[in-house]
Amino acid sequence: MFAGDQNGLQGDPRLKAISEAIRVVPHFPKPGIMFQDITTLLLDHKAFKDTVDIFVDRYRDMGISVVAGVEARGFMFGPSIALAIGAKFVPLRKPRKLPGEVISESYVLEYGKDCLEMHVGAVQPGERALVIDDLVATGGTLSAAIRLLERAGAHVVECACVVGLREVKGQHGLNGKPLYILVEPRQQINCSAPSVNGVETCRHDDLILGASFSSPLNPTSKSD
Amino acid sequence: MLQRALIFSSSNPICSQLSTTAPPDNTVFPKRNGGWIIPFSSYQLPAFPSDSAANRPNMASQDEQDPRISNISSAIRVIPDFPKPGIIFQDITTLLLDTKAFRDTIDLFVERYRGKDISVVAGIEARGFIFGPPIALAIGAKFVPMRKPNKLPGEVLSEEYSLEYGKDTMEMHVDAVKAGERALIIDDLVATGGTLSAAISLLERVGVHVVECACVIELPELKGRERLGGKPLFVLVSST
Repeated sequence: MFAGDQNGLQGDPRLKAISEAIRVVPHFPKPGIMFQDITTLLLDHKAFKDTVDIFVDRYRDMGISVVAGVEARGFMFGPSIALAIGAKFVPLRKPRKLPGEVISESYVLEYGKDCLEMHVGAVQPGERALVIDDLVATGGTLSAAIRLLERAGAHVVECACVVGLREVKGQHGLNGKPLYILVEPRQQINCSAPSVNGVETCRHDDLILGASFSSPLNPTSKSD
Repeated sequence: MLQRALIFSSSNPICSQLSTTAPPDNTVFPKRNGGWIIPFSSYQLPAFPSDSAANRPNMASQDEQDPRISNISSAIRVIPDFPKPGIIFQDITTLLLDTKAFRDTIDLFVERYRGKDISVVAGIEARGFIFGPPIALAIGAKFVPMRKPNKLPGEVLSEEYSLEYGKDTMEMHVDAVKAGERALIIDDLVATGGTLSAAISLLERVGVHVVECACVIELPELKGRERLGGKPLFVLVSST
């Protein structure tokens, strides 16, 4: 579900500012992909703080004791949320980064596979967990994260992302877990384009391009 | 080879099922200060006093050890022979599981850097991404990730640096910072100082003034402190 669909956050100017603070980089990491670059959001102190505050307000009273962040951009958002809601932070990492005993979960990429790991003992059975990442595309990474936490006996309450499509397209789904997203990816960076869903589609210093290069089926790509 | 007192507090949930019996006589781990150095996976120990004790320069306290330091030190797990034999790895992920110790870690940095007109907190991939953003948010600074190659999508500056064997490259978005800004660099641990040194170079190349480097842990025998081009280093825990 989108933050802006909910009572209290409809028309919230913070969401507009968060969307506008995200830079769209065309053809990264490869042609046809409109990369949603959240590093510019991290440069905007107010928008970054608002991002964390919106998640904290939502999760503060849900009895969540674990915030699991997906390497590496999930690390930029997860710890601040964890600290504010009194939860522990658990990094979910690429293979061979975590030094202790781990459990691993593989997942499918467009071409090939990747793998996510979590330390054994980081999460206890029965704990209530939140999974956080910057962006959801096909849901493959989040699905692997959910499986890791569930294998450790945790209950995944929700997955939260700053950016994501209204429908998680692709074969993964999220094992039925709810997904909470702040803003949609911006497809167009042409400042003369009409606004989408009431949100301005460019930042004042974006490049002006003649057309949108994204395909509606795969406008964004999940990388770390 | 570096030795370190281990350190696990009995309240740590990971230890809840550990035995409290002494290690067997054939253990290879030497005694320290009357106790045992043992891998976390086997035993629990009372917390040793941190060896980042009082009266060391650039430690978290000037005159006496801040009481929060010993819990922070206790919460860090030591893993021998990772990533390869002979290396004793300082694992901060257990610190992140201790909500009070993690909060105290951030607070100690925030108390030091708030009100010092620092507008940039640069965090080094990937564990610097865990500590940097909460500090940046608390002191009103922006957070700038310093990343491995080909991760940042925009125009970058690159800096090569040496590893024990071979080289690596660190990148930063060119438009993330402006000349004249005051920056803090954060990482979980400083060893040889190569990574911090590369980060200092990147920021200075665009005219940023690096005020200080800050790490949770220092391995002083590797002398990283001397390789920072004169920049000061602040750490919470020193591991010898």
